[in-house]
Amino acid sequence: MLKYFGSRLLTFIPTFIGVTLISFAFIRVLPGDPIIVMAGERGLTDERYQELTEQFGFDRPIAVQFWDYLTGVLQGDLGNSFVTKRPVWDEFFALFPATLELSLCAMIFAVVLGLPAGVIAAVNRGKFFDRTLMSTALVGYSMPIFWWALLLIIVFSGNLQWTPVSGRIDLTYYFPNATGFMLIDSLASGQKGAFLSAVRHLVLPTIVLGTIPLAVIARQTRSAMLEVLGEDYIRTARAKGLTPGRINGIHALRNALIPVITVIGLSVGTLLAGAILTETIFSWPGIGKWMVDSIFRRDYPVVQGGLLMIAVIVMLVNLTVDVLYGIINPKIRKR
Amino acid sequence: MTDTLSATPDATVARPSRLSEFWFYFRENRGAVIGFYVFVAFVLVAAFAPLLAPYDPTQQFREHALQPPAWQDGGSWAFPLGTDPLGRDMLSRLIEGARFSFFIGVVVVAIAATGGILIGLIAGFAPKWLDTVIMRVMDIILAFPSLLLALVLVAILGPSLTNALIAIAIVQQPHYVRLTRASVMSELQKDYVTSARVAGAGFVRLMFITVLPNCLAPIIVQGALSFSSAILDVAALGFLGMGAQPPTPEWGTMLAEAREFILRAWWVVTFPGLTILVTVLAINLMGDGLRDALDPKLKRS
Repeated sequence: MLKYFGSRLLTFIPTFIGVTLISFAFIRVLPGDPIIVMAGERGLTDERYQELTEQFGFDRPIAVQFWDYLTGVLQGDLGNSFVTKRPVWDEFFALFPATLELSLCAMIFAVVLGLPAGVIAAVNRGKFFDRTLMSTALVGYSMPIFWWALLLIIVFSGNLQWTPVSGRIDLTYYFPNATGFMLIDSLASGQKGAFLSAVRHLVLPTIVLGTIPLAVIARQTRSAMLEVLGEDYIRTARAKGLTPGRINGIHALRNALIPVITVIGLSVGTLLAGAILTETIFSWPGIGKWMVDSIFRRDYPVVQGGLLMIAVIVMLVNLTVDVLYGIINPKIRKR
Repeated sequence: MTDTLSATPDATVARPSRLSEFWFYFRENRGAVIGFYVFVAFVLVAAFAPLLAPYDPTQQFREHALQPPAWQDGGSWAFPLGTDPLGRDMLSRLIEGARFSFFIGVVVVAIAATGGILIGLIAGFAPKWLDTVIMRVMDIILAFPSLLLALVLVAILGPSLTNALIAIAIVQQPHYVRLTRASVMSELQKDYVTSARVAGAGFVRLMFITVLPNCLAPIIVQGALSFSSAILDVAALGFLGMGAQPPTPEWGTMLAEAREFILRAWWVVTFPGLTILVTVLAINLMGDGLRDALDPKLKRS
């Protein structure tokens, strides 16, 4: 087990360095002079140009620059934002809980609906339920989520007036951000209606962000279940006279979960990419919106740092999934 | 997924030609056939867009701005799906948009597949160290969420449809590399490759003539899937203002332009998204059918 974990960790290191290299290269491969590009249309004076060149260290050899960047990253130094002048690292962790809260809710939504849908479809293979569920799943899988968000806004915020259009909570509520999770903070504040307001803000973004993972999980669960249901031990269980509920729910689902867990882990990348669209549409103050805004504001240290942080998160999650996979499935470990 | 055991072909019957065999299995999947017909319609619309569109997609009928679709009060059959805020005919713009989406899909799949297959073949045939290097590089690209990497690439290259295409193609490439490499590795174990090698086939011949044709099935399926995700991703980039620029009638860009009117004019938002959904869904249905028809393990006898 340790050996397996070690080998996974060993492949993590070169990938991490590569990811750092890409985000480092980001500013430097800009066609033209990076400082001129960063200055945008306003232009800048010669003295300011000199000053910035020294500040970013562009006058030094590229290898030295990379070494400085890499050691900086390892110490949590991602540079300062051009716009707010605050460290990118601090800004990232100030906004990250919002994205994490949204992603977790979306994932829970996807798993809670997707797993049963997949199991029901597999058990009723070829029948009406299976066909309806899987057609729905394919529609969800093909959904342009930015359009889906607009549709939900038209129906639930526009016509029915049930949910607000943007933000995390009504502006009438104010309380300290103890955990950064609006659901917990609003509940802890004890203010009447605050929690409900937070929930109402969260519902639509959760559905939008969870749609594609939901479809993927439902499809994956169905195919994994079908594979397992064909195994001999299931036939044995049936012959023993176990109830269908016990066979499907316990014997089969347990083994079918292995590929499903992988898919859930791999969906983290999808979630973070989806968060870019979802957060932009719902003005959700998280990482995705921060990245898009920074790209438009040409705030390159933020884009660079955010890119790196998101990639590292995806890699860490994938590593965790790999390790979990080894724990659940001893066959993998032996290789 | 099941029925693996019952897939033994009947040896006494002559094997049908590859294409008719493929069609036989493809036809089994009704969804795939529907998807196929919708896709054909989409291709035809893209090909004959100027003939089908009632108006020029950029022509503005200012006095008819935000006119609802024909079947609603205030609509007229002159503009069957209504007009957008600048008075442009929605139907004409959607039809013209089909050209862009088709072009996007074809170009992205062509670039990503060509590059990916080449790199995958090299990785499969190369010595271990080169293989490791290539696969690590692919891991690095895959560590970035695709839309984010594309967004940043476009931010570097400047927002335009061409740059969005390049960015999406780069992001999709690793999938082809992985698939090709995996199939090459499993094919290389087989006897026919050894015999070709013994017969003196050179590296290039082994790669492209002996092995590659036998690896194509999963790549074709991936092609269909990446065609649809290319359309989705480029539309998303367009929606964020980083893809095709207005007044290009690209579907995602149309949605971005329509955003502020969502509560006043449902049609400017609904139709572009619906066309994206229907197109992508049709291609995905087709992809599912292709997978079932091409993967011998899944074939039902």
